[in-house]
Amino acid sequence: MTEIFQRFGKPLGGCFVVLVLLWLAGMVLVPGIFMINSSLRPHLPPPLRGGDQDVYLFDNFAYLINHSNHGQIFLKTVWSSALVTMATLLLCYPVAYWLAQVASKWQMRVMLVLMLVPYLMNEVLRGLAWYIILALAGPLNAGLMALGLLDEPVRWYGDGGVVAGMAYAYVLFMLFPICNAIATLEKDQISAARDLGSSAWRIHWRIVLPHAKVGVATGCVFVFMMAAGSYVAPALLGAPGSRWFTQIVYEWFFEIGNWNRGAAYGVALMAMCLSVVLGLLALFRVNLTSAIK
Amino acid sequence: MNCAENIRTSFSVLDTLLSEKAGNAAGDMLVASGCPPSAVRLSDVEMDFGGTQAIKRLSLDVKKGEFFSILGPSGCGKTTLLRLISGFLQPTAGQVFINGRNMLSVPSNKRATAMIFQSLALFPFMTVWENVAFGLEARGVGKSERRREAERLLELVALPGYGARMPSELSGGQRQRVAIARALAIKPEVLLLDEPLSALDLKLRQHMRTELRDLQKRTGVTFFYITHDQSEALAMSDRVAVMNAGALQQVGTPQQLYSQPATQFVASFVGETNAIAGVVVSSASGTAVLDGPDGRFTGRCLAGLQPGMRACLYVRPEALNLEANGYENSLPLTMERFDFEGAFAIAKAVVSGGTEPRQISLTISQRNLSEAPAVGAAFRAGFSSQDAIILPDD
Amino acid sequence: MTKATMAASAKIMMPSFSKAGLLAGLRSLAARFYLLAFIGFLLGPLLILGLAAFNDSSFPTVSPWQGSTLKWIVALFQDGEIGRALVSSGIIAAGVILVSLPVGVAAAFVLTSLHGRARSFAYALMVSPMLIPGIVIGISTLLFWRKLGVNGGYFLTILAQSSFIISFVMLMVVAQLQRFDRTMEDAALGLGASQLLVFRRILLPYLRPALLAACCLAFLQSFENYNTTLFVRGTETPLTVFIATKVRTGLTPVINALGLVLMASTILGAVLWEFWLRRRGRVAKTA
Repeated sequence: MTEIFQRFGKPLGGCFVVLVLLWLAGMVLVPGIFMINSSLRPHLPPPLRGGDQDVYLFDNFAYLINHSNHGQIFLKTVWSSALVTMATLLLCYPVAYWLAQVASKWQMRVMLVLMLVPYLMNEVLRGLAWYIILALAGPLNAGLMALGLLDEPVRWYGDGGVVAGMAYAYVLFMLFPICNAIATLEKDQISAARDLGSSAWRIHWRIVLPHAKVGVATGCVFVFMMAAGSYVAPALLGAPGSRWFTQIVYEWFFEIGNWNRGAAYGVALMAMCLSVVLGLLALFRVNLTSAIK
Repeated sequence: MNCAENIRTSFSVLDTLLSEKAGNAAGDMLVASGCPPSAVRLSDVEMDFGGTQAIKRLSLDVKKGEFFSILGPSGCGKTTLLRLISGFLQPTAGQVFINGRNMLSVPSNKRATAMIFQSLALFPFMTVWENVAFGLEARGVGKSERRREAERLLELVALPGYGARMPSELSGGQRQRVAIARALAIKPEVLLLDEPLSALDLKLRQHMRTELRDLQKRTGVTFFYITHDQSEALAMSDRVAVMNAGALQQVGTPQQLYSQPATQFVASFVGETNAIAGVVVSSASGTAVLDGPDGRFTGRCLAGLQPGMRACLYVRPEALNLEANGYENSLPLTMERFDFEGAFAIAKAVVSGGTEPRQISLTISQRNLSEAPAVGAAFRAGFSSQDAIILPDD
Repeated sequence: MTKATMAASAKIMMPSFSKAGLLAGLRSLAARFYLLAFIGFLLGPLLILGLAAFNDSSFPTVSPWQGSTLKWIVALFQDGEIGRALVSSGIIAAGVILVSLPVGVAAAFVLTSLHGRARSFAYALMVSPMLIPGIVIGISTLLFWRKLGVNGGYFLTILAQSSFIISFVMLMVVAQLQRFDRTMEDAALGLGASQLLVFRRILLPYLRPALLAACCLAFLQSFENYNTTLFVRGTETPLTVFIATKVRTGLTPVINALGLVLMASTILGAVLWEFWLRRRGRVAKTA
């Protein structure tokens, strides 16, 4: 810590430290603690706040566990996010490999330009595109019926639609880290393995994937986290019968007005995400420093 | 290329510039006696980096206007020493004086030193003149004056009209000169140079050696030069300090270091030499006798060499003669090969009868080459005791 | 070797050779097809989104094409609500840039001057906002500031978005700093510069490209944010919220026209950025 003052002097170094403390304490840690604090207290009308009833309880979490379908929706969110993660991983790996190892410089440039627009595009607009595609009278149903694959339009909105929309929205967050990781693999290693008689599968399984594990871990962490915390996709592509956990959180806050319970649901979501992130990093034997660059 | 000419003609500018500075500096000198203070004085300086001793207690005096070099292998602590003087590091113990003033807790930007880095560290996003004038900018000098001053300094280093270029548009030697001009712009008492020539190719390096030496003599600025290249240090310096493993080995003129090395390290690091190991059998009044597997030899020694000590005798290749008659010492050798170097040749011979073959080098002038023993022939090489020095093992 | 045996060996060689060639050909064909499908998957939906802006249908779609029209584009530029939403998003993005750039730079310097465990700990803390779902950041910011009597609005939106955008800025600055030659700092100090001057004249110019990129990133992240904004927006309606609300309350192809304009400006921005990079590259090369 003294290095920062030596390097920048007391005024400027002090400025830096204060800014960082304001950020980490004032914008991240303290609000987080407030959220946990709220989640452990009951929802009371203003006059009763701070009274005998305002004590720490586990009620809000118990409610989530005991509720007839909130727990189930929570699990569905976890499961679907995992599904989105797997789907994007499988979808991206061949493309990432091609981009990083096979494509010529020129091909790579063209691909990157083509990908830039969907990457920089608004998440809401990306969801909206799928909202239009999946509509009952939309192009997907129209196309499938024209091909004779469907006799009558299918209702795509719902869990399937949400997963499709999420996979579309987050696919590039999986592609770029993997691509970057594979790009650092020397071509000679692959040639050497091929020379030694390895099959294509074996080369990928034993050489490319282990090399790219940091990229894979980074991609998985981000896609899972974004999918689990997404509100847009379920709001646009869900059906009335298929509610998503983020939607329930929103309801507690702005429709029912029980912020304490909403906070508890938020804490549950955060805890789940952080444990999945740490679990993934442990699974890939990657540490945080190398994962996020 | 008439850059040397250019430098010479433009030196008068700097001379006047620096003499003004010297006049000012005399005012705040804190010395009562008439003799001028050392440009740099280190007194019992030590430096620890988390348990490892980079600098073992050392003291050093660098006179004003001197070209002083620190010579040592990489990792010997010479760069650390430089950083202690420039103020980038604070010593763990001891004091640093610049111009007689204690530099304790004086930060680097308040010291009368300027440094030239190995990487030069030119600012890549500034033009050449902005680079040169950066020190003046830091002192709050106005833009037009900075510009004028920078042009003057660029002329001094034979780069007139290069001010508007970017450092990346210059050649290696030109960048070197910009770095020098940048350092001189702040009129330093001491110029610290951290192996500035090591990145250049051999020819340019040799050219820059003379240029630097010239510059130092004309400006009178004290140069404190760090290098691992012994020929560089010997060629340019007034005095050289040899350093090894964080400790000073010897301080002296290049001549002294070469002919009167004080330690085995200096003897073997400075110039080519031959070493013969053995045990001291007697020592008196500056002369000692060494007995070893290769025979018994007499040589000069320093005080403190006691009989019974393990020691080495050092003799330079040019002190070995093909004739053993008339010399106190003789060494049985078998000729192995000749390496021709132009004016002279280096003969490599093996000590005869030794348990393990040890190579000895002899310098043979072109004239004597025809009389040299043929390859494979046995002969005795003679040398005077005055040309040999016996130094104890560490 | 006789002609006959050569012919025979050629016969044996030929089929196996062409079989391998066929396989390789098939494989590269499959790879091409897969790549095209992937690109189609990426761009198709956006194409449909954009095309629907020209369909003369009151609901945005392409499947029954009811005639081409420019009326939705015209309507977009007459729509006051969208204009207000854009302004609102712009204010938030500007605020986020103003907050996250200085703090991100400060965080990068603090992080790089820490070592060992302190560094790992600070690093984990500094990237944690990126690993927490956006709605959780929105919730915690809202709960905290409501306790202090501050309601949702521009201020909270800027703070909540900045809390994780700072992490991105910090990472970009750290990446650039890792390539920095510290002797330049020493050189400047040795020439008598104050630490402030070193920061202003050496470090900031050096970081300029990273800061520019971070600025773009912060703008885009803020502009497209929905999950966090939803909780802290108060009564403000930035663009993302506006679009999502429209989906519920009556979507018209005006939104598609908006999407089209945003896509076009993204492409334009990317092209300009590329030009700028190239020109810099050329300057650096001739340099």
